[in-house]
Amino acid sequence: MKVSSSKTSLNYNRFSRRNLIEKLLSSISGLFTIIAVLPLVLVLSYVLIKGGSQISLSTIILEPEPPGDDLLSAGGIGPAIIGTIIISSIASLISIPIGVGGGIYLAEYSKGGSFSRFVRFGTNVLAGVPSIIAGVFIYAVIVSTKILFGSMFSGIAGGLALSILMLPSVIKTTDEGLKLVPDNLRTGALGIGASMFTTVIRVTLPAAFRSISTGIVLGLARAAGETAPLIFTALFSRYYITGFGDLFYEMGSLSVLIYNFALEPYEAQNELAWAASFLLVVILLMMNLFSRLISNFASDK
Amino acid sequence: MTLENKGKFLLKIRTTKEKFIDQGFKSFSFLMASTVSVVLFAIIVVVFLESLESINRYGLNFLTTSNWNPVTDEYGAFTAIYGTLVTSIASLIIAIPLGVGTAIFITEDILPEKLRETIGLMVELLAAIPSVVLGLWAIFVMEPFIRPFLMILHRFLGWIPFLSSQPIGPGIAPAILILVVMILPIITSIARDSLNQVPNKLREAAYGIGATRWIAMFNVILPAALSGIAGGVLLGLGRAMGETMAVTMIIGNSNSFSWSILSPGYTISAMLANQFGEADGIQVSSLMYAAFILMILTLIVNILAQWVVRKLSLKY
Repeated sequence: MKVSSSKTSLNYNRFSRRNLIEKLLSSISGLFTIIAVLPLVLVLSYVLIKGGSQISLSTIILEPEPPGDDLLSAGGIGPAIIGTIIISSIASLISIPIGVGGGIYLAEYSKGGSFSRFVRFGTNVLAGVPSIIAGVFIYAVIVSTKILFGSMFSGIAGGLALSILMLPSVIKTTDEGLKLVPDNLRTGALGIGASMFTTVIRVTLPAAFRSISTGIVLGLARAAGETAPLIFTALFSRYYITGFGDLFYEMGSLSVLIYNFALEPYEAQNELAWAASFLLVVILLMMNLFSRLISNFASDK
Repeated sequence: MTLENKGKFLLKIRTTKEKFIDQGFKSFSFLMASTVSVVLFAIIVVVFLESLESINRYGLNFLTTSNWNPVTDEYGAFTAIYGTLVTSIASLIIAIPLGVGTAIFITEDILPEKLRETIGLMVELLAAIPSVVLGLWAIFVMEPFIRPFLMILHRFLGWIPFLSSQPIGPGIAPAILILVVMILPIITSIARDSLNQVPNKLREAAYGIGATRWIAMFNVILPAALSGIAGGVLLGLGRAMGETMAVTMIIGNSNSFSWSILSPGYTISAMLANQFGEADGIQVSSLMYAAFILMILTLIVNILAQWVVRKLSLKY
């Protein structure tokens, strides 16, 4: 066979229709990527510059002033920082034992039974439940029934609502982390006479520790930034808590502070919202990067 | 075991205490695993029971009327349902090409790997920014910025019912844009994972018979990754429907119905966030009814997402 026409030349022709279309499509996907990254850059720079310039020691420590009282200063975000820490801790205290325990059952005890299929399915569905529904649920069960020793809106109710949002991510990462542990370790431990309990606690759980802690940190970061479940469970408070009993009363948090003060007509309050955003975003980004660091270590091992 | 060996080995029988702990631990973890299902079940039942009063009173009319009047106790959630559907679907239409395009860009070797990884990380970090902060940004930065563009859109395309009103500030259109920002990371990261999971053999075979990068992409790789991408898109849809804070802050919270996306509107979740704290009586029940509708919508979408991933992924 003779190759004659110049059309079948094997040289790369950069102006052929086919190659131009290739370039065009690559550029379009590049453009889409730029558009996709743009919001992060814009939001971050705004929050870091505008919020960062509001941050000072007094902003971090003081209690927020009632809107409209003092047009020049809105006080600080101290109680909200403490509130976010307390509410997230309550959420962790509830969701970590349940999530890790459930994950252990899924990965170690029931391998592929219909019950575990059902629970895994339920976990995925629960992960998709809108956060505001978790708030509505806690409102109906705890706030409106005053079941917690007669208290209505409380930090504990807020923590419970957030724990519902954290739970799926903890159970899922525990399940998946444990499944990645080589079966040799398990059979080895059981073979030398360890009970299932000892095997899980001393062998498989430590082996999966890093991936589990990644999941917990990510779940916590998601919960700590949530607002919707808190606005009618924990509500908001401008004061520092003074004792254990205050857990049963309204509690402020950074995210609800941002929501409330963003909608105020006063500039001082708006600026406080930016300051709170700065703090919240910095904390959450650090948690995210930290969890990535943990999982990178895990994959190096 | 022979007699000679007797005494050399110490056969230890587990004490009752050890057995108890072992068994107890199993029961404990079983109990914890059941908790997930119990919580999910409880959420559905509680929200349904709380909304019964309103369901009995308004029935299906609740879905088709749009008057919301606490004084006369007349409730209809049509505006909010319309807002929920229109914001989530419109944001999905914008986010799908952006997300999938980005995923393709960072899985193909167009740029050096380090750079692609950084872009991937940035898109994922976007998901870490809380919705309330995006809402704050939308109110003070994005909405004033895009208003002139929406004005132009209205001036030239105002004859379309969806663009028939003057943009006056907060409204459905900015809410759609902020939802795009929120669901973009989900769609991108899931599409990226499913593209990465396509066996390299398929790509090599396509290149081998003379396909170019994009011919291979459209004919071989994308179809192979379709199940994962479709699952990610559905998860994004579920997220968009239930997203509350950013939308509440920017959508304008108006219950008067308008087809136009340039006018203020409502979504179910925004309605809940706005009114739940101060509602009482039949209003609470009506809000619960709206919450129940939202939950059913997201449940369907999420179950569909899982089904799609399972059903379509059997092919490869």
